[in-house]
Amino acid sequence: MSIGLYIHVPFCIKKCLYCDFTSYLLDNEAVRNYLVFLIKEINLYGSSLADEDKIITSIFFGGGTPTTLLVPSFKMILTAVRSSFLVSPGCEITVEANPGTINGAGLTGLRELGVNRLSIGVQSFQDRLLQVLGRTHSGDQAIEAVQLARKAGFDNLNLDFIFGIPGQTNYDWRETLQQAVEIAPEHIAAYGLQLEEGTPLEQTVRRGAISSCPEEMEAEMYQDAIVFLTTQGYNHYEISNFAQPGRECAHNLIYWLNRPYLGLGPAAHSLIKGVRFANDISLDGYCDHLSRKEYPIGHSTHITPADEMSETMFLGLRLTAGVDLNQFYQRFGRRAEEVYGSAIADLDGKGLLEISRGRLHLTAKGLPLANVVFREFI
Amino acid sequence: MEWKKERIRNFCIIAHIDHGKSTLADRLLEYTGALHSREMADQVLDRMDLERERGITIKMQAVRLQYQAGDRLEYQLNLIDTPGHVDFSYEVSRSLAACEGALLVVDAAQGIEAQTLANVYLALEHNLEIIPVINKIDLPSADPDEVKKEIEDVIGLDSADAVLASAKNGIGIKEILEKIVEIIPPPSRPADTPLRALIFDSHYDPYKGVIAYIRVMGGSVRTGMRVRMMATGKEFEVNEVGIFKPSLTSIDALHAGEVGFIAASIKNVQDCQVGDTVTAAAKPAVEPLPGYRRATPMVYCGLYTADTVDYGDLREAMEKLSLNDSSLIYEPETSEALGFGFRCGFLGLLHMEIIQERLEREYGLSLITTAPNVVYRVTTTEGKVLLIENPSKMPPAVEMEMIEEPYVTATIMAPKDYVGAVMELCQERRCIFSNMEYMGLHRVMLTYDMPLSEIIYDFFDQLKSRTKGYASLDYEVTGYRQSDLVKLDILIAGEALDALSIIVHKDNAYYRGRQLVERLRSLIPRHLFEVPIQASIGNKVIARETVKAVRKDVLAKCYGGDISRKRKLLEKQKEGKKRMKQVGSVEIPQEAFMAVLGLGEV
Repeated sequence: MSIGLYIHVPFCIKKCLYCDFTSYLLDNEAVRNYLVFLIKEINLYGSSLADEDKIITSIFFGGGTPTTLLVPSFKMILTAVRSSFLVSPGCEITVEANPGTINGAGLTGLRELGVNRLSIGVQSFQDRLLQVLGRTHSGDQAIEAVQLARKAGFDNLNLDFIFGIPGQTNYDWRETLQQAVEIAPEHIAAYGLQLEEGTPLEQTVRRGAISSCPEEMEAEMYQDAIVFLTTQGYNHYEISNFAQPGRECAHNLIYWLNRPYLGLGPAAHSLIKGVRFANDISLDGYCDHLSRKEYPIGHSTHITPADEMSETMFLGLRLTAGVDLNQFYQRFGRRAEEVYGSAIADLDGKGLLEISRGRLHLTAKGLPLANVVFREFI
Repeated sequence: MEWKKERIRNFCIIAHIDHGKSTLADRLLEYTGALHSREMADQVLDRMDLERERGITIKMQAVRLQYQAGDRLEYQLNLIDTPGHVDFSYEVSRSLAACEGALLVVDAAQGIEAQTLANVYLALEHNLEIIPVINKIDLPSADPDEVKKEIEDVIGLDSADAVLASAKNGIGIKEILEKIVEIIPPPSRPADTPLRALIFDSHYDPYKGVIAYIRVMGGSVRTGMRVRMMATGKEFEVNEVGIFKPSLTSIDALHAGEVGFIAASIKNVQDCQVGDTVTAAAKPAVEPLPGYRRATPMVYCGLYTADTVDYGDLREAMEKLSLNDSSLIYEPETSEALGFGFRCGFLGLLHMEIIQERLEREYGLSLITTAPNVVYRVTTTEGKVLLIENPSKMPPAVEMEMIEEPYVTATIMAPKDYVGAVMELCQERRCIFSNMEYMGLHRVMLTYDMPLSEIIYDFFDQLKSRTKGYASLDYEVTGYRQSDLVKLDILIAGEALDALSIIVHKDNAYYRGRQLVERLRSLIPRHLFEVPIQASIGNKVIARETVKAVRKDVLAKCYGGDISRKRKLLEKQKEGKKRMKQVGSVEIPQEAFMAVLGLGEV
């Protein structure tokens, strides 16, 4: 069975104020160390996985900030991947990029290595909001980054945006969306800001120094994004994701369809053969494991058939097309309408969920309230 | 062996919380060799974990010490422990009745507190000899002279001979023991009377049944004897007589003047009431010992399980707890909102909190507790008198001629700098000023008449916080008085929630209703629909708030395939939902039912 490959690059020039993901400040020695052990990890899986489990249909470099790495580093990694795995033709290879850390030569280099999709973290075009988020770049730099990417030959771009930023107005958000559409990326992700506990931004809000975006306003912004982007030719295919036809992100679809993926690098997550596991979150711990020729796994959970069904539901329902009920039946030998009969009936009654053309999916009302629906499938 | 009466001393210790009673008791045990220090878990007399955590004594204990005094004679000293909290003043009075003397322990830095004073007065009423002990003299802030003066001014006791002690560091222990022998009189020599023994405490033992703690006043009791409880009339055959060393130790008989226990296969703690008199069935005493009364609960609340399927577990837990606590009263109750539960009566707020905590801690129950209330006395237009223990059972206004509520005399002691703050609080709480007195130079004693319902409504916490913890409070119920009271109902999504009804004074109704709906708004989570919350008196809505409908509840990002984290979050949300009470279509968190108590926090 083919898998998706996720490679975590845990370095940043500066950590964003809302981020609670594993990342370290860029440090040449740490990067060298990381590369050595990442290659070891790639080889370890290359020598242990059966050939049929090594077929890679997508590669995603996420972070951190992958573009803190230089082109030769990407070359090393991709060469190792290609020699250890079977990278299928047409494989989507995405690199997440921060507008502050890219240049023309670098992008051309990535393109030459076969990277065919760039995901640029724009977040907002308003500099004052970028400051609130603690981003290192300006709105203009983001526009420039897109131009550079086009010039380097990227014809598949995603731009990430955040709404619900403290201090953001509905007008700010509409303006950002308008500008985004003018640049015409193939894919747009619009995320509601999550104030994760312990992050500097969350602490600032808790102290009362700035106030979080009211729920009503965030709901309006979300609604605005859906209406505006769909009229501009983007297909709203997942709760937070919009794509021109045929440009859906192949890698992320693997998560939502609950299919296998392998995560490499510290803190990366995997789902392989019914086991979810996560690598050691610290770079040191990760390297230690590999230096002893062990898998660098921090913890793992065996997924029971019941878990797998529940995850297939709450992940699949993130897609606006929903869960294909026949496919569910083929996968589990049971019908979702039976396993979750009362939940489905209840949520249908509340107007949050419906079945049409053999698929169970969220309604327009259900989209912003997805957690209310997902809870019932736990 | 039968002890000579002259060598027996029965005494107790009167002290405010934290003034060092338990530590002193431990030192006395240690010094007399009743226990070696290494066998002692700290503070032996406070046996329940909860007591140790809170530093207070809830359940009384007793212990017999053998002490060789300076006159080289061996004495039997019976230390009877007393609970140090206002809720348990009847229990205190019973253990005082079992003694001839008391140690009055006062913190050398803090001085006398309201509760101590109340208990000293009780002790004086029982003609007890009082030995003042000024404890914690080694503290830098200790001011024994000021405390001595306070003892003389306030209590009128000669404090020249007060023992200066530090129980913590073992200072003054021998002097205390010598004073006990010297000053406290031996039990009066009774004529050859029939058996009369005072029950001052009991506990339930799963093998022996109820263990009654007794002080023999006259006659003697021995194994095999048939005894009668004079208040209940129940008879039992004594199958064990013993003393506390402090573990239960069997002996042949207890004689007049002695303290110990009897076990008689008593299955029900209600048959062995504190304050009752044990007499011989064959040759009963004519009169019981004075002072017995049934414990009357002052405070009631509803106890329900968060999940109705746990009702059986709650019932079982209540049965077990009440085995050991004859003052805990409960009866089944059904709430439209909360389902099956119990209306429980307690001696006071602390008693209530202790029971709730034990139910949750020892029996693993997830409880919903309604706000506590007092017992109201209603006279109907037809002239009937009803006692109302549950606000939702209050008859409609038109059927009531008069409502009365219990009043107390409250004694508050505080450093003089806080008098203003105390008076301000009392003015807010319908208190009627009756007296103010200086105790020494720095402290003041204020006396008020006030409704008990104001005391149970967050009064003590407020008093503590407004006086930086320096004030102490004691109160005594004086009787019922007519008040202008109304029932305040809470409607959630248009439906009255019986469990949230409260009785308030008419003048406060608007304010309390306003606060309550505001607090409920902040506690009730957003639903898929708007949830109106209203406070009403009769049919008139006096306050309204709305919990807005949920507009957005969705996790945007799936960080690098971290599904476990998402699942955990959803599980947590689901768990939180499960702990809520579903009332109609609205889910209400447990805290909401106590919301009426936390109004200060809004």
